[in-house]
Amino acid sequence: MATVTIRNLEKRFGDVRAVDGIDLSVEEREFLVLLGPSGCGKTTLLRMIAGLERQTRGDILIGGQVVNDLPPRARKIAMVFQSYALYPHMTVRDNIAFPLKAQGVEKASIPERVERAAAMFGIELFLNRKPRELSGGERQRVALARAVVREPTLFLLDEPLSNLDAKLRTLARDELKQFQRRIGTTTIYVTHDQIEAMGLGDRIVVMCGGKVRQVGSPQEVYDNPADTFVAGFLGSPPMNLLRGDDCTVGFRPERFLPLAVHESREELVPLWFRVNRVEDLGSDRLLYGTLHDTFPNERVIVNLPFTVHFPVVAGGVYEFAIKEKDIKFFDKATGRRTEPRRFWAKR
Amino acid sequence: MPGERRGAITSPLSRGVNFGVIAAFVAFTAFPFFWMVITTFKHTLDLMNPANNPFLFNQLPTLAHLRMLFQETAYAKWLWNTAWVGGIVVIITLLLAVPAGYSLARLSGTSGEQLGIGIFLTYLVPPTILFIPLSRVVTFLGLTDSLWSLVVVYPSFTIPFCSWLLMGFFKVIPPDIEEAAMIDGLSRFGAFLRVVLPISVAGILTTVIFTFTLVTQEFVYALTFISSSAKFTVSVGVPTFLVRGDVYFWGSMMAACFIASFPIAILYNLFVDRFIAGFTGGAVK
Amino acid sequence: MKQTAGDLPARPADTGFFGRLADDEKVLGRLMLAPAITYIVALIGFPLLLALFYSVSNVTVGTHGWPSFVGLANFRHAIGNPTFPRALWNTLVFALVSQFFVMILATILAISLQREFRGKWVVRLMILLPWVAPISLGSIGWLWMFDSVYSVINWTGRALGIFGKDTWPIWLGQPTLAMGSVITVHVWRLLPLATVILLGGLSGIPKDIHDAAQMDGAGVLRHHFQITVPLVRPIALVALLFGTVYAFTDMIVIYVLTRGGPYETTQVLSTLAFFTGIDGGDLGGGAAIALFLFPVLAACAVLILRFARQAEVT
Repeated sequence: MATVTIRNLEKRFGDVRAVDGIDLSVEEREFLVLLGPSGCGKTTLLRMIAGLERQTRGDILIGGQVVNDLPPRARKIAMVFQSYALYPHMTVRDNIAFPLKAQGVEKASIPERVERAAAMFGIELFLNRKPRELSGGERQRVALARAVVREPTLFLLDEPLSNLDAKLRTLARDELKQFQRRIGTTTIYVTHDQIEAMGLGDRIVVMCGGKVRQVGSPQEVYDNPADTFVAGFLGSPPMNLLRGDDCTVGFRPERFLPLAVHESREELVPLWFRVNRVEDLGSDRLLYGTLHDTFPNERVIVNLPFTVHFPVVAGGVYEFAIKEKDIKFFDKATGRRTEPRRFWAKR
Repeated sequence: MPGERRGAITSPLSRGVNFGVIAAFVAFTAFPFFWMVITTFKHTLDLMNPANNPFLFNQLPTLAHLRMLFQETAYAKWLWNTAWVGGIVVIITLLLAVPAGYSLARLSGTSGEQLGIGIFLTYLVPPTILFIPLSRVVTFLGLTDSLWSLVVVYPSFTIPFCSWLLMGFFKVIPPDIEEAAMIDGLSRFGAFLRVVLPISVAGILTTVIFTFTLVTQEFVYALTFISSSAKFTVSVGVPTFLVRGDVYFWGSMMAACFIASFPIAILYNLFVDRFIAGFTGGAVK
Repeated sequence: MKQTAGDLPARPADTGFFGRLADDEKVLGRLMLAPAITYIVALIGFPLLLALFYSVSNVTVGTHGWPSFVGLANFRHAIGNPTFPRALWNTLVFALVSQFFVMILATILAISLQREFRGKWVVRLMILLPWVAPISLGSIGWLWMFDSVYSVINWTGRALGIFGKDTWPIWLGQPTLAMGSVITVHVWRLLPLATVILLGGLSGIPKDIHDAAQMDGAGVLRHHFQITVPLVRPIALVALLFGTVYAFTDMIVIYVLTRGGPYETTQVLSTLAFFTGIDGGDLGGGAAIALFLFPVLAACAVLILRFARQAEVT
């Protein structure tokens, strides 16, 4: 299995820097997620690793070997595209067999390998069908089978779940992760969906504007965001970011709970919370309101799980509290994390 | 793949081969026109001397052929005739094909597709089958040897093709826009006039250019229906009139050919992308 | 529109005859289509019937009033004419051979034009020239290039040593050469159209598929022949059929270059019909000859329909 090292990678389209100086290393067997909004450069980065785009500057190493000048087929990698890119004029069998034929694998072993790849994803029954006869989920599995059949050292996946129905997506996510664990191939996965990233990634690379904002495990990027962008991008509903006089204050909606509900009183910061609107979503309640006396003009969202029995009505003002360590502080100008300070009145 | 750099890693060799291939094709397609230009400005004595290197100007270039073309033949008149016929045919075609194309695209339901193709197929009926009966029709209408005969007959092939082409263009416009207009108070026809047509200007212009090109190219009907030299179109006038017995006035002929070809080609080139989009959009799906 | 809310005033257009018409989609559709259809029926349908009628009558240029019915005499006379089998053969040869070359050349050219490069606009202009220029004028250009005395092709051939002292091809005067010259001009004229259509077809292939083929390791040849060509095939067939129709029914190129000579060796059905009907005055005979074009045209039309429908890449 391969490691991937990226050194000072840059890609320019005219004046636009799609990828602006990125250093990254991917470990063996790791499932790395590139996460960011559209236009952040994640797909461009993936395509450069694939060899479909040539970098303006920088180096890419796969398995320790510099691959800058190698065409895709020499890099021993496989890619699954967002659209699956199945060959419409070929049967599923021929689609899966194509990479083997293209690489000159001996003809005798091809049918067996195709069957094996198909069995891995449960599509043996479709081998004689054409892509247009298959559903989205089935096509996705064909794309995966085609990627797997070559036994590559690296998998590249470009938002392969985004074309699936929402319901299918969770199941597919689970299958995908289990599959990767089983075969252990190093995988780089691109998505703009932060839930997918959190669910799938061993590590997440949060990108914006062609640059890496933070790299870390899902817990790290969630609990210790490096800047306001990462803080706001992960989590649904997003982190509350309140502009103070000398810094930006942030806290997650699910950490801000009624004072009475907290188990211990230690290191709790009590704040008055005025509720403007309640959304009952079944599994959670979302409260939209303001911090009554500290940040009266900023909207705050609070997420009360259904396990919290605390009646609230619109218009009411309640005493909520949050653990001191759950409050994050960001520099107003740069957005980067800064040291904590006290913005609340001492009790 | 327009605007795309295919294959990030291309070798200089493959690029060189590509360039060579394209150069060869361009030489093939453009050489006759290049040759037309050279011949236009070459002195007759230079042209008619088989010992001379035809690629060089062995005598000084001359404007004599151009002068002869415009002063001693009716070429300018032919250009005017062609433009005139073209203009009117374009108008007639637009008046009939634009509503037809819209009807096929929006108002004809499932049979619209079939009907559109059926109409298009009438374009394939060649003039060589129709010119004999049409010549009788023209005589019957008293339009023999008149440019009006062409004005009447030419839409018979421009309308089928343009209706189908316009159907393709109209189909691509999202129906939402018209529906929004209708909710805002326009009728279906009103939406067509006030909303769809302004959006389709590019497609309509493409149709205009294409129609004009078809008209200037037409030969069989013009040759059959028109006999007086003053009423020729360019397409017929040049081959018929500039040959006196065995003598070909090559210099003037080449000038005539080039002048009538090149400007249209430039215009056409501006619109060919849209033309192909409409063409393939009408054929596909 | 038709149903107005109770408190809004009814639009005047809604209640008048034209107002309601402007909304009635079925009637409106037919009304907007009618003029075009009328024109087509009048100027294609009717003359077509007339052509059929003439072909079975003895009408000539001088006929006044109604000609008389002569059954299949014109057809028998046409087939009996020794030039006819030659013309029929030539028509097929010219159409098929020229299309064969057009498709191969257009494929090569279209693939080469896929790459981005500077000056593409100019290149495209030059490649379109043969198609856009009036057919007769382009043919005259070739007439000059093929001239028996002054042919620039011959001069260049001599200068480059390709043609020896005894070789001076008379391009339009020797039968086989004349056929070759006509085919060359057909290819020259139809190449741009086929290229442009193929380019459209090529750009219709999703880019992802090309990327996937690259990732899968396909080399250049495999990529072209196993991926690109099959996906472009339906639209390529439409281009082929179009070209066939144009080459099959062409009269202009041959009229300008050879007038059907030398000694009828480049005569085709279209030119034969023209010369019989207009020069010879035998309208019935001309019509009969021209109608032999029809079966092949109808077949092409049906095939175009079938392949156009297939030209959808999922």
